[in-house]
Amino acid sequence: MGDYTVLIISSILINNIVLAQYLGICPFIGTSKKMETATGMAGAVVFVMTLAAIITWTIDTYFLKTLNIEFLRTISFILVIASLVQFVEMFLKKSIPALYAGLGIFLPLITTNCAVMGVCLINIKEEYSFLQALVSSISYAVGFGLALILFAGIRERVILGRVPRPLQDTSIGLITAGMLALVFIGFKGLV
Amino acid sequence: MAKTIGQEFVKGLWEEIPPFRLVLGLCPTLAVTKSVENGIGMGLATTFVLVCANILVSLLSGVIPSKIRIACFIIIIATFVTVVELMMQAYAYQLFQNLGIFIPLIVVNCIVLGRSEAFASKNKVVPSFADGLGIGIGFTISLTVISAVRESLGTGKIMGNQLFGSSFEPFSFMVEAPGAFICLGLLLCVMNMVSSK
Repeated sequence: MGDYTVLIISSILINNIVLAQYLGICPFIGTSKKMETATGMAGAVVFVMTLAAIITWTIDTYFLKTLNIEFLRTISFILVIASLVQFVEMFLKKSIPALYAGLGIFLPLITTNCAVMGVCLINIKEEYSFLQALVSSISYAVGFGLALILFAGIRERVILGRVPRPLQDTSIGLITAGMLALVFIGFKGLV
Repeated sequence: MAKTIGQEFVKGLWEEIPPFRLVLGLCPTLAVTKSVENGIGMGLATTFVLVCANILVSLLSGVIPSKIRIACFIIIIATFVTVVELMMQAYAYQLFQNLGIFIPLIVVNCIVLGRSEAFASKNKVVPSFADGLGIGIGFTISLTVISAVRESLGTGKIMGNQLFGSSFEPFSFMVEAPGAFICLGLLLCVMNMVSSK
């Protein structure tokens, strides 16, 4: 049990997927201008990342490794993620329209969110067991959501300030993200 | 107005240089620019994938049905990424180790998919080749610049050569994650200042 607590804390805070592992930065910058879009994206990522990690782990362990065709990993993973996103989108549209209305426009963006693919690859690289892979991918996704929502909160305030012209928009956004990353470095001594 | 092949190539070097002008592909930009070597390696790998994917996409654009085009593009890109991955493993193992999961992640680099979708699928082979090469080289230049700033300030060295005197204290901050974000933000600011004049 203690191992899992360590895994959860380190995946959410210490090895935060955006601020320490540099993954998923495009949606992090792109959807953080408003709090609403940030929460929508965070929800969609938690959902898809968990599903994708479970499915790719199963495929890798029972299919690619047993047949010795690990070189197909990149192609098969991206195909799984792309079709999963498409499938989830159709499923939500049909059966849970309320959730679809909330997450809808963010789902296609997730296909090219490198955090999803990154987490799937990290799970394989660290040779996690099924349960560890499940726990770590949920924690990574929560970490992504946490960073995104915090960042959106800060950005909404930054817009109100007077920012010099060349620094506006993405530039000040990146510098703000740097400050946030600095804060997250403080968690390093935690475990 | 049709652009010449030369213009298609040159626009990737300044007008649309990623990741400054096209704010895409930030993850590899931030992650691999701890040292100049890694930056150049990543840039060249991405260039190879970009050029090959652009050529193949423009050749096949008549055949691919538009509804499933994104899936087809991704398969084409993933194929070339696998090629790069295996080649690096064979001939540049140290670089392969340093770049780690960021090589397979070229698949989800938005620059590559973006160029296939926005350019190669609508243009002929030769302009697509020029576009891919231009954007790829532009990306390599950006990565080299960012990594040169970070490596020189963060470790005081560039590719093993000591830059400053022995009294220089390296800011290890620059090679960590926050330094990456702040460095890119400031470079973007410099780009904006230069181009607004």
